[in-house]
Amino acid sequence: MATQARREPAFPLSRLPGVIPTIGFLFVGAIVLWLVINLAKTPDAFYDAALIGLSNGAVYGLVALGYTLVYGILQLINFAHGDVFMLGGMITTTFVGSVFGLHESESVGVLLYTIPLMLIVAMAACAAINVTVEAIAYRPLRGAPRLAPLITAIGTSFILQNIALAIYKERPVELPSPLLPNGSIFSIGGVDYTWNRLIVLMVTVPVLVGLMWLVQGTRQGKAMRATAQDADAAAMMGISVNRTISFTFAIAGGLAGAGGVLYALYFTSVKYDTGFTLGLIAFTAAVLGGIGNLPGAVLGALLIGMIQAFNERLTWGAPGSSWTTSIVFSILILILVFRPEGLMGERTPEGQ
Amino acid sequence: MRLHLNLRERARKGFWRALEAVGVERPKERWNRQPSLLRRALPPLAIGLLVLAIAWPVWATPRPSLLAALAIAYGLYLLPSRARKVALPAAAILLVVAYPFYLGELFKLPLFGPFPSMDTVVVMAIFTVMALGLNVVVGYAGLLDLGYVAFYAMGAYTAAWFASPQFAGQNPDGSYKRNVVFGAIDVPEGIGGFHINLWILFLVAGCFTALVGVIIGLPTLRLRGDYLAIVTLGFGEIMPQVARNGDRLFGTSFNLTNGPQGINPIDTPGFGHTLSDATGGFLPSSYLSCCNASFLNHQISSTELFFWTAVVLVLITVFCSWRLRDSRLGRAWIAIREDEVAAAAMGVPLMRTKTWSYATGAFFGGVAGALFAAFKGGVFPDDFFFNISVFILCMVILGGMGNIWGVIVGACVLAYLNQEGIANIGGWINDRFSTSDAQWFQVWSGGIDVPKYTFGIYGAIILIVMLFRPQGLIGSSRRKQELQQGVHDEPLYDSQAQGR
Repeated sequence: MATQARREPAFPLSRLPGVIPTIGFLFVGAIVLWLVINLAKTPDAFYDAALIGLSNGAVYGLVALGYTLVYGILQLINFAHGDVFMLGGMITTTFVGSVFGLHESESVGVLLYTIPLMLIVAMAACAAINVTVEAIAYRPLRGAPRLAPLITAIGTSFILQNIALAIYKERPVELPSPLLPNGSIFSIGGVDYTWNRLIVLMVTVPVLVGLMWLVQGTRQGKAMRATAQDADAAAMMGISVNRTISFTFAIAGGLAGAGGVLYALYFTSVKYDTGFTLGLIAFTAAVLGGIGNLPGAVLGALLIGMIQAFNERLTWGAPGSSWTTSIVFSILILILVFRPEGLMGERTPEGQ
Repeated sequence: MRLHLNLRERARKGFWRALEAVGVERPKERWNRQPSLLRRALPPLAIGLLVLAIAWPVWATPRPSLLAALAIAYGLYLLPSRARKVALPAAAILLVVAYPFYLGELFKLPLFGPFPSMDTVVVMAIFTVMALGLNVVVGYAGLLDLGYVAFYAMGAYTAAWFASPQFAGQNPDGSYKRNVVFGAIDVPEGIGGFHINLWILFLVAGCFTALVGVIIGLPTLRLRGDYLAIVTLGFGEIMPQVARNGDRLFGTSFNLTNGPQGINPIDTPGFGHTLSDATGGFLPSSYLSCCNASFLNHQISSTELFFWTAVVLVLITVFCSWRLRDSRLGRAWIAIREDEVAAAAMGVPLMRTKTWSYATGAFFGGVAGALFAAFKGGVFPDDFFFNISVFILCMVILGGMGNIWGVIVGACVLAYLNQEGIANIGGWINDRFSTSDAQWFQVWSGGIDVPKYTFGIYGAIILIVMLFRPQGLIGSSRRKQELQQGVHDEPLYDSQAQGR
């Protein structure tokens, strides 16, 4: 990656040695203290929130991986990514509703073949959408100033939202709830860990591992890393830059599609503007973990998911769900201002 | 573009050849010997008369007002270029200011229906101010601001706080304390809260918003372009949430923004009885209770007063943008936009210059927000969604980043489309294609709700403009070069910004 990330924070206060880390530690310490007090007061709410946050984070993680991949290779914030994710969710609702006609607490045998089928279709469709978006909106602007593709990304995001609006109307598309089995696997402190939460994690973790193998261990991954590092040099070495970028977008779209399937099955409600907010949350997660860094994206997503769940579910001193967006964006702003390289440092899988 | 020029060239050559063919000898040379005024005057006159002659039978009687307008336009065209430079803007301003007087006379356009109503025109003018403000940030300095709506909201809320019963403290007996009244117009007795003169508040709102802009900008303007965009987007998302949840801020009982209901009513602007009497009623004492005055057989309404106020504001904004662009600061903005590293090497203080652009943009956003709040008579948190930021950005992009006239055109077109145009076009389409008798032409039944897809249409506009005409409808040539040939890539941080 062509980032020249500097180690010192970019804020003037950094001239006083140790001030920023101290403030940071105090801030994190205050949050930990708040969590501990909550754990002591209402342990079951705490465990509940933590487990919910873990699953939400896993969904965010799939979307965040897509952001991070695209940013790593093009240094472009793909605003349309969240909407591709939403389209994946919408495709799932069509499958659940009209194609398979699934209903509440469907038997495991049916789910065992319907869910993989939905995953395959949604991933393929979203990959195709993402590649098309790249070819139409970003590729013609390769040489243009950075802001040009960013602006077209916003335009594309609105167009995709309106496509969903035209097909699926304004009301959220509701699925039968609960669709995934929600029997208990084990319980911590009286809170059950249910199957549907585990299923979400069971998709995200293998995807992350597979993706890391793809980027680190395959020829195509090598091409991706080379393109991310220096597109011109990569082209001279015989790498087809455009095809590599298309491939990256296809992978990112597939991840968004998988995320969309999980979101639809797990939250059982998708709306045409779901993707926008969730995309921004996932982008925050990618930035929090260190943009361009694959495990960082998942770590950031899990953290953001936990923060969101703690904020919405804890009872003592939590601002509540009406402040979630503000909290997530405050984190984004703080991270960007104080530690733009994110939690996992500057090391990126693409171009170390 | 090139194709178009070729066609024009070819048409010209063909014209001369045609003249030669009918027997005129060397028409081009003889034409070029004529005095320049004649050469300038004749072709449009000939074309105009030709069009008129063809259109006459179809269009029974062209309105005299239209003919007069055409004649005046022709007269402006004939003026020598130095005089035209003054006369053209003067005529445009006159045309805009007189709009309420001839609005009733205007014909209907084929696709768009009637000309914009007075309410729409006020909104168009206010959005023009905002777009010009954003143009300073995006067009001049090249910083992508996706949270401009935050400044608009700040301005609107500042006006609302200090010109409404929002902070009315209650006496023990239940009546309201009137906290502070300073020059407010027509505030009834027994209403509490701050009531400051709105003219002062417009300025205060602008300054306060500029201050907020500086506070937001100082830590974030160091970030590279796309990170800055996402940070501003974050602020743009936080601001409406604060407005929506601000009735019980963080669990305290302090009511800052009155939550989802918003703050209303807001006082009306006006000049007070003293000024009104001193100018013989030319300046209305209050915008809402003004309206028994008439001028040229035209009853003046309060909306028209708001319109003229907004036009004055637009003129001030245009003047400021124009003078700023040519100033030292403006040239520094353009230098930063084109190549940050080179600008820093030439001694442009990056942080200070960027912060100034941010503050200037915020100032105009705040003033426009305050005026909008006064016009609507209230502020509501639902007016400040991310969509509005994109909407204003779209105006700047469509018109042409960095070009004042382009931005004005873009703002007027899009604000009109948003207020009336898209609904009108939708109605036209539905009339034609949805219930028409021609069955094979009936694409869908029941009509489509075109305004529902407003933002999809804007998205398409953004996409198409950026891909095919990145400099906008009326783009500045400088920006065009930059967008088509690319610029130096920016580093993650401006390393020169440290310590400025």
